[in-house]
Amino acid sequence: MKKTKYLNPYVGGVLLGLVLLAANFIAGRGLGASGALKSVVVEAVDVITPKHAENAAFYKEYADKHPDGPMKSWLVFEMLGVVVGGFLSGAIAGRLKFKVEHSPKITSKRRLVFAVLGGILFGFGSQMGRGCTSGSALSGMAVLSVGGFISTAAIFGTAYALAYFVRKNWI
Amino acid sequence: MGPLLPNELISNNTNFLLAFIIGIGFGFVLEASGFSSSRKLAGVFYGYDTVVLKVFFTGAIVAMLGMLFFSLFGWMDLNLVYINPTFLTSVILGGVIMGAGFIMGGFCPGTSVCAAAIGKIDAMFFIIGLFIGIFIFTEGYPIWEHIYKAKFLGFPKLNELIGISQGFFALLLIIAAFAMFWLGEKAEKAFPREEY
Repeated sequence: MKKTKYLNPYVGGVLLGLVLLAANFIAGRGLGASGALKSVVVEAVDVITPKHAENAAFYKEYADKHPDGPMKSWLVFEMLGVVVGGFLSGAIAGRLKFKVEHSPKITSKRRLVFAVLGGILFGFGSQMGRGCTSGSALSGMAVLSVGGFISTAAIFGTAYALAYFVRKNWI
Repeated sequence: MGPLLPNELISNNTNFLLAFIIGIGFGFVLEASGFSSSRKLAGVFYGYDTVVLKVFFTGAIVAMLGMLFFSLFGWMDLNLVYINPTFLTSVILGGVIMGAGFIMGGFCPGTSVCAAAIGKIDAMFFIIGLFIGIFIFTEGYPIWEHIYKAKFLGFPKLNELIGISQGFFALLLIIAAFAMFWLGEKAEKAFPREEY
C-alpha cells in the first residue's frame, strides 16, 4: 500500500455514514449543501431588492414555505459547521494554503474559468433536481428514495460520459 | 424515541445547534478524506483515484443500515424521516446538468465549501458560479416551473418499487457496492498516479 496523507477512504465512508445517521436520528432529515447556498441567494435578493422578492414567483413560493426566513434553516447552520470542520481538518493535516489546484497541462486561468462554468451548471442543476450530491444523491439513497438513486445515476453517469472531453483539465 | 426533532424531544434552537455540530463532522470527514481536492475528486471519472466512489457508497450504506437497525431496535421511527420526493423529469434533468458541472468544475456544492475553507481558490470560484447558477434558476423560475413540477411520483422507495423488503434491498446494495469497490481498486492499479 502506498502511503497517503488522507484518511483511509473506507474509514472516511463509515464516519460519513455515522454523521448522516446522526442527522437523520436527530433532525429526521439527511445532509445537504446546495439548499444553504439557495438560502443565501434568496436572502440577498430579499435585502437588495425587497420589492422584486415580493413579486417574483420563486421568492413568493419560497417565502410561503419558509415563514421564518431563508437563513433560519437547518442547512444554513449545518453548512457553517462544514466550513469550521473543513478548516479544522485542513489545519490539523497542514493543508491550509491559498492555491489554485490544476493539472500541469492547463493554466490557472483556464482552471478558474472552468470552475465558474461548472459552478453555474451545478448551481442551476441542484435547484432543478431538488438537491445536490449531498441532499439528493447521498441522503436520498440512504433513505432508499427512488429520486436519490436516479439523481446519483444521472450525476455520475453524465460526468462519466463527458469526462473524455475535458480530460486535459484533470490528467 | 428518534428522530428527536419530529418527536418534539428537542427544541428548534437545539436542533440548529446540533446542525452546526453535525456540519463540523461532515466538513471534517470530507476534508480528511481528500474531498477538498478537485483533482482527487475528478479521479473517479478517469480511474486514477476512486476515493469518491468508496467514501460516498460506504457512507450511504452505513447510514442506511444504521437506520434499519435503529428501527429494528425500536429507537427510531422511520416513518418520521424525510424521504426525498421524486419528480421524474426534473431529477433526471437536474442530475444531468449537475454531472456536466461536476466534470467541468471538479467540485460539488458541499465539497467546494469544504475546499474553500482550506484556501482552495478554484473552489471559491466554483462557489461564485454556484450562486450565479442558483440565481439564474430563481429568476427564471416561471420559464421552467412546469418542468420543475412535472411527473411527480410521490415519495417512492426503490425497494417498494421493485417489491422487496428494505433489508433484502440493503443486502443487494452492499453486494453492488463491494463489486464497485473491487472495480475501483482495480482501476487505481491500472491507472496509477501520484497523489494530489
